[in-house]
Amino acid sequence: MSVAVVDTGGRPKAVWRRGILASRKGRWGFGILTVLALIALFAPLLAPHDPNAIDATRILAPPDLAHPFGSDALGRDVLSRVIFAYRVSLGVAVGSTLVAFFVGVPLGLYAGYHGGWVDTAIMRPIDMVLALPAMLLAVALIAIIGPGSNIATLAIAVIYMPILARVVRSSTLVVVAQTYIEAARARGTRTPSIITRHVLPNAIGPAIVQATILMGFAIQIEAALSFLGLGVQPPTSSLGSMLADGRDVLTQAPWVEVFPGLAIAITVLAFNLLGDGLRARLDPKGVTE
Amino acid sequence: MSDLLTLAHVDVGFATDDGTVSAVSDVSLTVHEGEIFGLVGESGCGKTTLAMALMGLLPTSATVTGSVRFSDRDLLDLPAEQLRQLRGDRMSMIFQDPMTSLDPTFPIGEQVAETITAHRDVAKHAARERALALLADVGIPEAERRYDDPPHRLSGGMRQRVVIATALANEPSLVLADEPTTALDVTIQSQVLDLLRDLRKRLRTTIVLITHDLGVVAQICDRVGVMYAGQLVEVAPVAEIFRSPRHPYTQALLAALPSGQQAPGSLRVIGGRVPNLTNPPPGCRFSTRCPYVMEECVNVPPLAHETDDHLIACWLSDATKDAGRHDHASAGGAA
Repeated sequence: MSVAVVDTGGRPKAVWRRGILASRKGRWGFGILTVLALIALFAPLLAPHDPNAIDATRILAPPDLAHPFGSDALGRDVLSRVIFAYRVSLGVAVGSTLVAFFVGVPLGLYAGYHGGWVDTAIMRPIDMVLALPAMLLAVALIAIIGPGSNIATLAIAVIYMPILARVVRSSTLVVVAQTYIEAARARGTRTPSIITRHVLPNAIGPAIVQATILMGFAIQIEAALSFLGLGVQPPTSSLGSMLADGRDVLTQAPWVEVFPGLAIAITVLAFNLLGDGLRARLDPKGVTE
Repeated sequence: MSDLLTLAHVDVGFATDDGTVSAVSDVSLTVHEGEIFGLVGESGCGKTTLAMALMGLLPTSATVTGSVRFSDRDLLDLPAEQLRQLRGDRMSMIFQDPMTSLDPTFPIGEQVAETITAHRDVAKHAARERALALLADVGIPEAERRYDDPPHRLSGGMRQRVVIATALANEPSLVLADEPTTALDVTIQSQVLDLLRDLRKRLRTTIVLITHDLGVVAQICDRVGVMYAGQLVEVAPVAEIFRSPRHPYTQALLAALPSGQQAPGSLRVIGGRVPNLTNPPPGCRFSTRCPYVMEECVNVPPLAHETDDHLIACWLSDATKDAGRHDHASAGGAA
């Protein structure tokens, strides 16, 4: 890819539009995610069967035309269950990342802009959270508060917030040292305006890329938590709890395990493609794809 | 002409791991209303630091002492918010590199409008109208169409015009122009200088022009101050600096200008190096390179009036010697 990257129009809107759709990876990621998001949104319309309807005649039935993904140990339609589980998993992934984004970005921005003791006061506790292993932290949180999809969302947000805060802080440090920030100060622009109008738009790029990739991993973390029984609770299912269900029958009826697994893989891939595509556009050094 | 800006004994030091760097040392200076005052000196001699100190834009690692009077206020004593109100309104700054001094994510017109809304309680469209008029004023063609363009759609010269429009948005009485033409090519340079001269004539703005380019000084300035390693060594009307430079540094600087008669490949240079400002030489900082160095040079030479409008800080000058004797006496009296 050439250096055409420079002309993003300079507005966040334009960065979004041209940024994503201008790279092949970004187009693929965006395309797949759009389809997946529509599936999650219209799950009740798209699912061919009731995801929780038990059919004793179809226990571990292999895929056929009426049930393309086969049936599970209770005779439930795997396709319908994947569609509904997908809705839960995506909700947790997007929700947790958004919470982490809207808490972490302001903290990192503020710490990076002010520096000194403000920086220390904000970032040292955040570093402490970052020092703990992510899974351990999530499991510990759930052990304290109790399982459930909202708690899983919160736990993932707690893991992600420090990561996003650090990313924003470091890009803020770079932006704050730029002449145009000094120039804004020389114009008499008030500090809150400088932060929101000049620092934020210039420093936010890497955090958007990071958040996109983190969303993909959030699907995995949620799956791991649900696999351990710490995420969503029955009768609701997520992709992770479906994996846990399918594990016991893996040899007799692999379709119970494989299809939710594929759904996870495709989603993580799509988020990564989108993130890579965005990075190629937002990071001047990453112009070559 | 009345005095707009008076600096007295301004010192700027930066705390670093290797000790304090004395970037500006004992600078006293008066800038008259409506003049273009050139501040010249080589890179690192404290010109920009001095301008930043006036604007209150130095980082917290800097300590500024002395006094800076700007139309009846001492800028160094002013609370942060009052200083902010002055910045961009009564005094403004033009930065060296228009490629980096405009926010790349911000439409150029809004950067001008922001300067207005930061100081005036005006409606958004009124600020836009004013910004458009300013852009047209500094020679941006089709300002209306350009208003929403991000900076990278403009050439360097056009960008510097935008920066100048920003600096003039509230018709400040003082503009600090920090090497406004250094990053531009020669034809654009003269256009920008013409623009500054024209604006001074129309708006009666006082301009302090910081530069290392003596050609620029000769073209546009009324008076010049020469700085060396943080000290102000000579102040004189521009014609006089070129006709009869008095300070050895100024003389050496002018002698180093290539002339038409010179044999190719024989550029004259000033021997030696700029002193390390963490541990500057005591007294005159040019003494380590000065051909006339003598014993007195270990004492700081005060800037003194050789004639009405020609000031010099060198022990070779009788004026400096007189002033030094006087300083010495008063210091002894106080002790």
